[in-house]
Amino acid sequence: MNLLDDKDRIFTNLYGKRDRSLKGAKDRGCWQGTKNILKKGQSWIVEEIKASGLRGRGGAGFPTGLKWSFMPEAKEEKPSYLVINADESEPGTCKDREIMRHDPHHLIEGALFAGFAMGAHVTYIYIRGEYVREREALQCAIDEAYDSGLLGKNACKSGWAFDVILHHGAGAYICGEETALLESLEGKKGMPRMKPPFPAGAGLYGCPTTVNNVESIAVVPTILRRGAGWFSSIGRPNNVGTKVFAISGHVNYPCVVEEAMSIPLKELIEKHCGGVRGGWKNLKAIIPGGASVPLLPSSLCDNAIMDFDWLKDNQSGLGTAAVIVMDNSADVIKAIWRLSKFYKHESCGQCTPCREGTGWMMRVMERLVKGEARIEEIDMLHKVSKQVEGHTICALGDAAAWPIQGLIRHFRSELEQRIAERNKVEIKYVAAE
Amino acid sequence: MLRRIHPIQPNGFKFSATNMKWAKEKIKKYPPGRKASAVIPILWKVQEQEGWVSRPAIDCVAKILEMDPIRVLEVASFYFMFHLSPMGDVAHIQVCGTTSCMLSGSEDLIKVCKEEISQEPHSRSSDGKFSWEEVECLGACANAPIVQIGKDYFEDLSEKKFRGLVKLLKRGKIPVPGSQVGRFSCEPGNGQKSLQGKNKEKNNASVQLALRGKDTVFKKNKLKFNSV
Repeated sequence: MNLLDDKDRIFTNLYGKRDRSLKGAKDRGCWQGTKNILKKGQSWIVEEIKASGLRGRGGAGFPTGLKWSFMPEAKEEKPSYLVINADESEPGTCKDREIMRHDPHHLIEGALFAGFAMGAHVTYIYIRGEYVREREALQCAIDEAYDSGLLGKNACKSGWAFDVILHHGAGAYICGEETALLESLEGKKGMPRMKPPFPAGAGLYGCPTTVNNVESIAVVPTILRRGAGWFSSIGRPNNVGTKVFAISGHVNYPCVVEEAMSIPLKELIEKHCGGVRGGWKNLKAIIPGGASVPLLPSSLCDNAIMDFDWLKDNQSGLGTAAVIVMDNSADVIKAIWRLSKFYKHESCGQCTPCREGTGWMMRVMERLVKGEARIEEIDMLHKVSKQVEGHTICALGDAAAWPIQGLIRHFRSELEQRIAERNKVEIKYVAAE
Repeated sequence: MLRRIHPIQPNGFKFSATNMKWAKEKIKKYPPGRKASAVIPILWKVQEQEGWVSRPAIDCVAKILEMDPIRVLEVASFYFMFHLSPMGDVAHIQVCGTTSCMLSGSEDLIKVCKEEISQEPHSRSSDGKFSWEEVECLGACANAPIVQIGKDYFEDLSEKKFRGLVKLLKRGKIPVPGSQVGRFSCEPGNGQKSLQGKNKEKNNASVQLALRGKDTVFKKNKLKFNSV
């Protein structure tokens, strides 16, 4: 497979080295013929996005066009809202940061198209609180768009009024969950809502709302310009388009890069990241899609394909396409324990299985890291993870359970070995006494 | 996680005239009757002004937004970026400790914090100037390990680089944020395989804003940036 050509890259200023101003963005193709595309009408945009096969880039992979089509007709007393999820907090994920600070006009123009298509006159972008500079950069770009008449009462002279309002959080992972995000945007604690009603029925302020990830919205203008056929020709069927990958951990050169969907993992790492530290044979495991998806041991990595379906068929997931790489020097048990600690810290506390379960799982993981547990506890941990999974309002409980289940599935022998080693040491002490 | 307000509280809180004006403008961004939506941005402004969120500040924000004080306290205690007690006067250092950073050496950075600042997180150094904590994923994993100080990210750190950075801060100097090994942003360190060609910008967006805004790290300072 060849690397994606630069001409097929959507984010042509991902690294921010080229002119980041509105003028620079226009020179690279943003905001060209926006009015004419809007003229084609709302249903044309929705149909084009449906035809492109774009699946949500925030983790769940739900078809974006289909999601938009769930929005009811806008009424005056209940306006429709587009909310863009820029909370990017999934450990390993750092792709939206680059879009927002370096190529923000894709996002702003995409918001106009998406908002218009769903009958929304206002969009809120909810960016995580830690991204202060990214917020400033994005706000500069929004201000520039207003000053040039691209946004506002008559956006791009299309006759459509459109406002983009940048809102921020203050350090809560859970606000990346769409209904928690809406609660937070309403000025409350970020605790997920029961569904139904889904946001398309009753979302922000009880009005019809669609929540989309930054990348899902930011690819829209290019899809509409180059056509659904272009986008869907990249990748494998049902897994199409380009995707921004973030690779971190034990590779020689960690990076963020836009590549074709369905790129083989090995190629992604070897061509863009200079390979695994110490060579491909030194690979121990990867987490392919951010903290909440189960890891893949090296035996599965040789032929791994980075897309929704291949990873799902192999009991993992593409998630946010944030690849965390571990070489043989890594303590994989400790790496997963750290994720358990993360979920314990970030549980909002609303549902008992998650509030109590995440702490419980973290403590058992802590014992497993040291080898202090009994062998039976591995099965017990698995059982508890199953009692958390699927028994909570939102997916945080599932996300806390899956990495542990993946660890037990693929590294049970290592867990057992560590317990055995610890026991040997203890027996020695007893003998010495 | 249980977070409570600090046992010692100031007598009162008042927004500066500029900040009050800013807050009133902020409220207008939300529909009529939805003032509460502005609670996070306004509490954040409180923290920018005071360094932490006190009980009188919570009451003041509640009044501005026509909310019950308990609702504002709920928000202040739910979101981890709000400090409910005073942190270091000069800088509060947030070390990312989640898996990508841990694999890249964040435990060494935490060791530096313990040695150079204080043994315990969330407690001030003996001179009251610094404090630190381990935070969850900061979302710059391709530049791990990272720390956030004030508004800025310091990326691609090592134990040695980070110790140098803390020492620089102690001498009252301001380090330049961004990658500490000379990367521009998140491109591969051995040169990018994509998007090659003519470049224009000197710094990435975050670094440029820090240098231009001169509002990094210290609250009041004579700003002159120094490389580590």
